[in-house]
Amino acid sequence: MRDESLFNALIELADDHSILCHRLGEWCGHAPILEEDLALTNMALDLIGTARGLYARAAEIEGRGRSEDDLAYLRNERQFRNLILVERPNGDFAHTMIRQLFFAAFMEPYWQAALESRDETVRGIAGKAVKEMSYHIRHAGEWVIRLGDGTEESATRAKAAMEALHIYVDELFHSSPAAAAAAGIGMLPDRRGLRAAWNGITAPILARAGLELPQAANPQTGGRAGLHTEDLGHILCEMQYLQRAYPGATW
Amino acid sequence: MTDEMPLWEVFIRPRNGLAHKHVGSVHAADATLALDAARDVYTRRGEGNSIWVVPSAAITASDPEHADETFDPTADKIYRHPTFYEIPEDVGHM
Amino acid sequence: MYSQGLIGADGRTEEDETFLEAFQKRIDAEEKIEPKDAMPEGYRRTLIRQIGQHAHSEIVGMLPEGNWITRAPTLKRKAALLAKVQDEGGHGLYLYAAAETLGVSRAQMTEELHSGKAKYSSIFNYPTLSWADIGAIGWLVDGAAIMNQIPLCRCSFGPYARAMIRICKEESFHQRQGYEIMLTLCRGTPEQKEMAQDALNRFWWPALMMFGPHDKDSAHSEQSMKWKIKRFSNDQLRQKFIDATVPQAEYLGLSVPDPELHWDPELNDGKGGYRHGPIDWDEFWRVVKGDGAMNRDRINARRRAWEEGAWVREAALAHAEKQRSRAAKLAAE
Repeated sequence: MRDESLFNALIELADDHSILCHRLGEWCGHAPILEEDLALTNMALDLIGTARGLYARAAEIEGRGRSEDDLAYLRNERQFRNLILVERPNGDFAHTMIRQLFFAAFMEPYWQAALESRDETVRGIAGKAVKEMSYHIRHAGEWVIRLGDGTEESATRAKAAMEALHIYVDELFHSSPAAAAAAGIGMLPDRRGLRAAWNGITAPILARAGLELPQAANPQTGGRAGLHTEDLGHILCEMQYLQRAYPGATW
Repeated sequence: MTDEMPLWEVFIRPRNGLAHKHVGSVHAADATLALDAARDVYTRRGEGNSIWVVPSAAITASDPEHADETFDPTADKIYRHPTFYEIPEDVGHM
Repeated sequence: MYSQGLIGADGRTEEDETFLEAFQKRIDAEEKIEPKDAMPEGYRRTLIRQIGQHAHSEIVGMLPEGNWITRAPTLKRKAALLAKVQDEGGHGLYLYAAAETLGVSRAQMTEELHSGKAKYSSIFNYPTLSWADIGAIGWLVDGAAIMNQIPLCRCSFGPYARAMIRICKEESFHQRQGYEIMLTLCRGTPEQKEMAQDALNRFWWPALMMFGPHDKDSAHSEQSMKWKIKRFSNDQLRQKFIDATVPQAEYLGLSVPDPELHWDPELNDGKGGYRHGPIDWDEFWRVVKGDGAMNRDRINARRRAWEEGAWVREAALAHAEKQRSRAAKLAAE
């Protein structure tokens, strides 16, 4: 039971990273400035590295011989456990940067706390990821400031992105039964305690950007129960296409 | 408004103990973004541990047209080099 | 990373003989030319055009491979492909910067790409239709590019040579990455091997075309060779590529789609080499001139990214301006 919870909790995290990587990968070759093509890809590469580590650890804990790719490519929409935030479409650059800031501002303190995990592999992943997330906060944060405090158009777009994405913030701080169990035994941090840290990171950035986080009267959740928006199915259609079309093939 | 982002020259120090070396340039609206861009473009393979970015417009370069008068006068100042002085071998390494 | 024989270079100059001779002497002495040095206008023009084409090729080259990032079949392949496409962006960036030292801005070059005035490697106007195409591009297109690019590391123009050294170093994984994909497919199911063969069939000839027209039809090549912008002729490089690649195809168990391909002991000054069948230059020029399967889509994709990103660039510039005036106001108080 204990292992199953830990497995599921790791899968949640791995799915978050894999799906957000997928979204950032969609930008590759289409960014507003060449320098940003490289920056977005660097972030995507950080995320996929973390996802692979987490899937591999989950597979090991499960002990049924599944590989990282079995876990990433052979589960369906209802079995995916990622946050809704990370599957939301890229939208414009403001959407992408605000989504990145929201996610990284949660993951940085999360990984900081995970440095104390009882699981050595998790500590290893956390040690690397905490630095990566600090950089994502910095880079996305700098852009959020420029978009919020840039032109009238950019401010309007940044506000629209805040409006569109704020309803998915709450889910960051929810704990599924699996995550709660993993936290209970000291394997993973308790997500519920990280709201203050998240606010501490995002508030000064949003203030400089002249943006306000709207109050979410009815936050959207459900990702951890496999209840997604319609976007995820399309992501998986693309992502899993070859693995599904040629079962058992090696790539 | 013009679309053109200012150009910045990027200097990277491969490791402590070495000098910053010019590696290339990036376009960015301001110094902070230029630093991020330099990091994202020029340090993807562990190339360094410190970055400088300098607005390209801030660099004053010597004129190659004046290279002769600028650099050639040093050519005959051979007494600045240690081999100019003859020390008997018996004295040993100096 | 990709370069091809320069399309439509015009190296004509009007400088006087003394100047041209002095310049040629520097070139012959293997001296590097630096941006602020006096140089023939034709040399500058040829370089701007060649480095620009090279940079555009990198940037447009992100698109056919980027087309498979979201469909990469494993996490490992996805990471490698992301890194490779990112490298291409980086290489485009280094090259734009090298061209900028000659007094042309990236914005100008971008505009010329979008208007169709500037050319780029025609190989990227072919679509990537299967995962095997990603393998074939790494193996063949990067393989052909390396043949072209290694001599460019010794190009007479300093900034171009320096950019190429960095690029060649970074690229060393690209071709291996592609070949490994091909190898995995060829050792896989019959369907996978078929996919690999189909990719080779479609990319073989366009890869040979990457080296540019035959030497006898390549009007401006000679001047470029004299100026050491170019070190080997199109046909020399193409031959080198074929000789290196045919055995690699054999190792994969794939057949090269050229019925006339055969070993000729007379080639390469008697060392032997593979003689190839005729290249369809009509197709080459058709694609160069804009009528390949993907020309319009490629340019449209780049233009869209640029236009849709305008507000972002404007915002960054506006913020920088606001910060400057805030600082000035603060200093005045």
